[in-house]
Amino acid sequence: MSYEIVVRPHQQNFIDWSLDKPKVLVLSADLTNSCEVAKWRDTYPDRFFSMGMAEQNMLGFAAGLAREGFEPWLHTFSVFLYRRPLDQLQMSVAYPSLKVRLVGFLPGIMTPGGVTHQAIEDIAIMRAIPNMTILEVGDATEAQSVLDVAHSIDGPVYIRQLRGEVSRIFPADEPFIFNKARILSIGTDITLITSGVMTEEALRVVPLLQEHGVTISHLHISTLKPFTDPAIIAALSTAKHGVITMENHTIVGGLGSAVAEIMAERGMGVPLQRIGLKDTYAHGASQKFLMSEYEMDAAALVRAVETALGRKLNILETEIHAQRAVDVHSSAKAEAL
Amino acid sequence: MSDYSEKIVEIERVAKGIRRRVLEHSIANNGGYMSQACSSAELLSSLYAGILNFAPVAKPIAPPPFFGVPEIGVHTYVTGQQFHGEPGPNFDRLISSPAHYALVIYSALIETARLREDGLDHFNKDGSTVELIGAEHSPGFETTTGSLAQALSQAGGIALGRKLKGEQGRTWVFMSDGEFQEGQTYEALQACVFHCLDKLRVIVDVNMGQCDGPMETVMGIEPLQDRIKAFGWEVSVVDGHDIKAILAASEKITDVPHMILCYTDPVRGLPLLAERAPVLHYLRFTSPDERAKYEAAYKELIK
Repeated sequence: MSYEIVVRPHQQNFIDWSLDKPKVLVLSADLTNSCEVAKWRDTYPDRFFSMGMAEQNMLGFAAGLAREGFEPWLHTFSVFLYRRPLDQLQMSVAYPSLKVRLVGFLPGIMTPGGVTHQAIEDIAIMRAIPNMTILEVGDATEAQSVLDVAHSIDGPVYIRQLRGEVSRIFPADEPFIFNKARILSIGTDITLITSGVMTEEALRVVPLLQEHGVTISHLHISTLKPFTDPAIIAALSTAKHGVITMENHTIVGGLGSAVAEIMAERGMGVPLQRIGLKDTYAHGASQKFLMSEYEMDAAALVRAVETALGRKLNILETEIHAQRAVDVHSSAKAEAL
Repeated sequence: MSDYSEKIVEIERVAKGIRRRVLEHSIANNGGYMSQACSSAELLSSLYAGILNFAPVAKPIAPPPFFGVPEIGVHTYVTGQQFHGEPGPNFDRLISSPAHYALVIYSALIETARLREDGLDHFNKDGSTVELIGAEHSPGFETTTGSLAQALSQAGGIALGRKLKGEQGRTWVFMSDGEFQEGQTYEALQACVFHCLDKLRVIVDVNMGQCDGPMETVMGIEPLQDRIKAFGWEVSVVDGHDIKAILAASEKITDVPHMILCYTDPVRGLPLLAERAPVLHYLRFTSPDERAKYEAAYKELIK
């Protein structure tokens, strides 16, 4: 299985999309090129505001601009949107439910930048913030069509965005739809719920599992809050042997927790296994290395399925479709981060 | 310097009313932010009765009961900005940063006939918007600033937005000196200059006191004027009880943001309060005797 690789999916798409939206502004905190908006800045210099390395203030400025009827789109790495300026995010932006768009890059363990650059608990924190909408893109199609979704939300939106070389998994004419899971396969043995880049990771092995006779309902989630799509509840209720979640995030408070809440509230009595960072920080290394080290890869999914079924499937690591190697030094990115 | 004599008479009346109302309230409720009223009475009365170009309100507005928090897609939410009159491109805006001054601000609104006379009866009562620490539903507040030092950034964004729309009105921020201990304040100072917010005005109650006591014992901020000037701001330093000086400074036209540092006396108009020095942040009577002394001072004040 190989996908079309889209280089810098956000860059030109965001420029084209912004053309007829004069209220759309960009605020950037010294990561303009790294967040694929340098060309946007050069195209719309009057709508671009450099805020420097000062995120607390940037959140406040965004709030003020939104109150004046503008739609600020903040671009920086995810960690700098919710860790350092969390109080400002909550009191200046989320409490008044302002139309501020927080475009966060480098979700989870996608960067060799290490613990300071890896947003591993952003969803957990954002989920706990009232008024916040959380979107996570899983491929180039979603990285591009997420703009319309965020734009339509009458409140603050946090986007876990992808950049650089991004696979196109979903057809370009099947855009991101708000609060609607993508049903990638239907089956009754296992229900598999994945989000972000973990969907691509899961797809390395799902067909192989199916060849081994395991039927799987596989849902790709791109709206993490709200988390009320009836398709999710339906898929969870049909799982005979168990539910597995896969997220590029700590297993505390993210997708796995959201699924657990639904299952507990509805008394769904099958075991849930959450694949993700197991309540640990990570370190600086390649995505591939970290996914293997922290048991977040396709092989980990095979083991989880075996646990759910209570039997070995005798799938060899070599049988699993090769993981797409993401070059840390790709020229699609401004720096190796 | 203009002749402000007529304005000053009115501002003095408002200042006196602020002190009287806050003292009255503190006696009735065994507590209140009294020193803030004493230090900022002239500053806030100068703003509300002399400086700010607000649209008039038809009659003093009754504070609404608490009507819920802002929610996604709910457009019926009304902020406490309504007490400042209908906003417009040429009108001023006021963002109050230290929400702990709420009682003082409510009093200023009553004295300037924007909040109904009985507004303070709702202060800190369950289900009321006249809250202890104002939020954006509270009279006179249009943003939520109880977590201190966030207002300057919010107002910077408002001023930038108004600039993009070509509005001529000024955006004022009322700040307290303690907020110059927060890092965000300095981020905001640099951004407001960087983005040339020439219609942004900040006025600060430099009363040199904070929750733990005198600021120099908690965390020094001087030389404040030099610090702010170093960021590229225009700075005026005035005696915060000298109404004429405050009015004169407020008229300064600059091509950078302008800040007025009002050095104030936290016991001005109520010398009895000095007995509680050095910790003046909140007045709560320690004995019936103390309360009686304040009742006597109140009688003196309303003479």
